[in-house]
Amino acid sequence: MPAFDLHERPLRELNRALHALRTDTNETLWRVANPDGRHSIAVGLDAPVTVEIGGNAGYYCGGMNKQATVIVHGSAGVGVAENMMSGAVHVHGDASQSAGATAHGGLLAIYGNAGSRCGISMKGIDIVVRGSIGHLSAFMAQAGTLTVLGDAGEALGDSLYEARLYIRGTVKSLGADCIEKPMRDEHRAQVYAKLEAAGLAGEVDPAEFRRYGSARQLYHFHVDNAGAY
Amino acid sequence: MATPRTRPRFSATFTPDVMSEIRRAAATGIYDIRGAGAKRALPHFDDLLFLGASVSRYPLEGYRERCDTEVILGSRFASKPIRLKTPVTIAGMSFGSLSANAKEALGRGASLAGTSTTTGDGGMTDEERGHSQTLVYQYLPSRYGMNPDDLRRADAIEVVIGQGAKPGGGGMLLGQKITERVAGMRCLPPGIDQRSACRHPDWTGPDDLEIKLGELREITDWEKPIYVKVGASRPYYDTALAAKSGADVVVLDGMQGGTAATQDVFIENVGIPILAAIRPAVQALQDLGLHRKVQLVVSGGIRSGADMAKALALGADAVAIGTAALIALGDNDPAYEAEYEALGTTAGAYDDWHEGNDPAGITTQNPELMKRLDPERAGRRLANYLSVMTLEAQTIARACGKSHLHNLEPEDLVALTIEAAAMAGVPLAGTDWIPGKTGF
Repeated sequence: MPAFDLHERPLRELNRALHALRTDTNETLWRVANPDGRHSIAVGLDAPVTVEIGGNAGYYCGGMNKQATVIVHGSAGVGVAENMMSGAVHVHGDASQSAGATAHGGLLAIYGNAGSRCGISMKGIDIVVRGSIGHLSAFMAQAGTLTVLGDAGEALGDSLYEARLYIRGTVKSLGADCIEKPMRDEHRAQVYAKLEAAGLAGEVDPAEFRRYGSARQLYHFHVDNAGAY
Repeated sequence: MATPRTRPRFSATFTPDVMSEIRRAAATGIYDIRGAGAKRALPHFDDLLFLGASVSRYPLEGYRERCDTEVILGSRFASKPIRLKTPVTIAGMSFGSLSANAKEALGRGASLAGTSTTTGDGGMTDEERGHSQTLVYQYLPSRYGMNPDDLRRADAIEVVIGQGAKPGGGGMLLGQKITERVAGMRCLPPGIDQRSACRHPDWTGPDDLEIKLGELREITDWEKPIYVKVGASRPYYDTALAAKSGADVVVLDGMQGGTAATQDVFIENVGIPILAAIRPAVQALQDLGLHRKVQLVVSGGIRSGADMAKALALGADAVAIGTAALIALGDNDPAYEAEYEALGTTAGAYDDWHEGNDPAGITTQNPELMKRLDPERAGRRLANYLSVMTLEAQTIARACGKSHLHNLEPEDLVALTIEAAAMAGVPLAGTDWIPGKTGF
């Protein structure tokens, strides 16, 4: 099990070593000590390995991840798991703004709260937040799911496309073209599956969630809708 | 004898163009969207002239003495900087706004000429990668199609903050051009209007940008040159901040630079001409001790080797062309005049690129129209044009006694107008007066 102390060796060495891993590597568990909020830890990974970060991470932790599982035993800064393609990123503390921004796939599980713009421009990722999320979350969200056990801030899902938003608590306000939609069995099943993937199945009842999505009124620009923007 | 009548007189304020736009606005209730860049008359490179060699300077022999053209971009931090045979590159234009054949033709033409081409807001296609010897991958606010594999197979990364046609604006690709393939690359439903954000989703301001560039460098193991592209508006500060943030290359695009689709009011009224932007950008790099270390690529209305030579003389390291490259491929070709007329326009004025009905098969996703553009022949035309631009710039440089295009300098230039003299920071022809710098 490779151990990497960021007090002892520079971040560049860590990322270089992680990039050098082949898909069939037997070095499948990496431990990173003393992250001290450094930016760009474990970015651009492309191998089925697990990287455990023993503390707080700065911006873009797990950015553009493929295949790997990145676990932050602390909080994460701006843009955690940004543009992730596959794999998983788990944050045991809170996440700052733009968590999971533009990500195409994989799972981002945040066990604390997430700041503003959580899931902005998401393109297929599944995001699960145990706590609450800030304002303008899922702004222009294109695809994927955002499942929140707590509350959502102002302007949830503004100008969103086809992403599905499941919120258990209150929503301060909905953004332009975002509406509440009925929860059917398929949606409850989807919520359960996402909770299970994040290790939270059984903690709450999927029936307690409400679903939000696009009214699809702004998909074609029309002057009569100008006031909605 | 009839009383003489005053000849009918048009207003210089309410011109026929202005009145037609008022009537169009009144009829539709919506602003005009179009492609291309600013069409208004602007201070431009035409307002500058070179001072050839004479008694005080001696020229180089036109057909015998070397005038080198190679440029290296990205030597500041990247372990694999880009080498171009000629300092003219192809600016970013998306697959989606352009047909696959047009993108292929750009790649073929640029590769033949030994220069680079650039992706756009929609990701990288295999055709484009395959036909471009050197490909710059744009990193845009929308992140459509963005993925680490394409990031690694690119030769350079261009972080786009703005473009000259619309500094501060996002994008809009109308539903007519969102085919299944275009939609799939952008993770959107086919046929809907696709909006592109104007701000990046995960960083704000120069301090964040520095961290973002650091992430991109880490992901690509510090191999790729990273460009930062800005629309010309506050070129001194934008260039300084991009350099401070760690850019290898700053790309500066003036208001004549084209767009696939933007409001006409935006194109014509926001941003500044490239002529006014180069000297402040160069000054910023000089003040930081980074001129020629952080390369400056300028674009926006570059049409000829003369324009290129003037931009280089003002301190740029290379230029980029977009609209001119499309014209070289066949855009607005009078051969299609009957079809342009059927679209309510004329060859040379066609700018409804967003509607996807381009008779030349370039700004379209219509399979029948696309077929009209033969990528090999169009690529050859582009290569020819790039070759002419290079030869023209060399001709001027030799006349000024320069053995490399980069040896051209502001002292080789004079201006024909006071405005151009002030913007370019060179003397008004026949005087030693640089408005704002010398005298009053």
